[in-house]
Amino acid sequence: MEFKRKNIISIAELSADEILHILDTASSMKEVTSRNMKKVPTLKGITVVNLFFEPSTRTRSSFEIAEKRLSADILNFTSSQSSVVKGESLSDTAKNLESMGASIIVMRHSMSGAPWVLARETSASIINAGDGRHEHPSQSLLDLFTIRQVKGEIKNLNVLIVGDILNSRVARSNIHGLLKLGAKIKLVGPGSLVPDYFEQPGVKIFYNLEKALENADVIIMLRVQKERKSLEYFPSIREYSRFYGLTGEKLKIAKNDVTIMHPGPINRGVEMTSEVADDSRSVILDQVTNGIAVRMAMLYLSASWRSNNL
Amino acid sequence: MKEKTILSSKDLERKTTRIVHEILEDNNDINDIAIVGIKTRGEYLGRRITEKLNSIENKNIPFGTLDITLYRDDLRNNLILPELKETDIPFNVENKTIILVDDVLFTGRTIRAAIDAVMDFGRPAIIKLAVLIDRGLRELPIQADYIGLSIETASTQKIKVFLKEKDKKDKVVLLNNNGI
Repeated sequence: MEFKRKNIISIAELSADEILHILDTASSMKEVTSRNMKKVPTLKGITVVNLFFEPSTRTRSSFEIAEKRLSADILNFTSSQSSVVKGESLSDTAKNLESMGASIIVMRHSMSGAPWVLARETSASIINAGDGRHEHPSQSLLDLFTIRQVKGEIKNLNVLIVGDILNSRVARSNIHGLLKLGAKIKLVGPGSLVPDYFEQPGVKIFYNLEKALENADVIIMLRVQKERKSLEYFPSIREYSRFYGLTGEKLKIAKNDVTIMHPGPINRGVEMTSEVADDSRSVILDQVTNGIAVRMAMLYLSASWRSNNL
Repeated sequence: MKEKTILSSKDLERKTTRIVHEILEDNNDINDIAIVGIKTRGEYLGRRITEKLNSIENKNIPFGTLDITLYRDDLRNNLILPELKETDIPFNVENKTIILVDDVLFTGRTIRAAIDAVMDFGRPAIIKLAVLIDRGLRELPIQADYIGLSIETASTQKIKVFLKEKDKKDKVVLLNNNGI
């Protein structure tokens, strides 16, 4: 199949076939990342800008490694060091980057929808690296890739997402992606963080972690996002972790071969105990490794769209 | 479009066998040899050649496959890219005699990319090239060491290779694009 998108902004707009095509491309990229010489010349001469208006270590370094493995020229922009501080608007920033010859812009912003604004203003391809509470497509794709790697197929799996659903772009992207690939989803967390409107065919809401854990094939733990004011939605971290923290004891309720995931960074002792984080069924570090291959696939598909259509 | 068969199933079998014997004649130490098939049809031909070599010499010659998509020079030149497939080189290429196998040698660009790709896995002693059809019209200074059939073609013509593993039959045809 031919990938027909200039931008990759949300999982919501991708079809199941498109998602699977990205995951298949990522498998080939994973072979590249397992070689001794991990670089291929594919994006030689193509300029990629990492435009980060929000702090990020993991996602930004993962994209940067992916870009380097594909031999792209890289420009890093972080809001604290850039002209944004001097009052430049988003669309002016975009036009300036385009004038410098940027072909692909990887963007993170605290405002939901910011990548769409940018996409309207520039002819560069936009890859969303997380926008506000809206979506985080690369994280979701690497989660799907990892689940597929461990479980073979995503269809009919029982996937449990635990924690701050309300403020989580990872949860939103994953709900879209998992539903499109045929998984059954349970959401669990404090009532204040798991609003009713998430309930839909294929998605059930729980407030009791023990109950929700029954029959779980995959558990995706979400981070308590201090910067997104998670803490205002429940009385105390201690109480949160008592009710919604994953412990070895609670884990026994899930299926024996349950897979434990977390987008990172982990707050050990809050979302899960160290025992769980380091359990042999935890694939948290595989997620990080797979993230590079998935991001290489996203960059490669955007670049090949550009070579076919511009 | 006019179609002319240039290799029948039997011809194809014979040409492959001849390539195998030329490889044996040409390479003193069979233990240094590794075969690498270029996807898609070079993989099948490469596998056939490896199996024949193995049965004649009673050896287990290393075999790998290469997808050269990531090494192509046309990502910047408006050409539709084929789907990305997996590369699998399960042996150390260091100091080996690598024999690249492809179905048709045309511009030489695929082979250029394949040489780059192999070099990324290490430093082979020698890289050689075996092709079923050499149709001429090179755009790069590249030549094959083992050739099933050399044929003069025009750039408007097309060569189609059918192999059992993928196409249910063994056959090579030349398509004439009569001014269309």
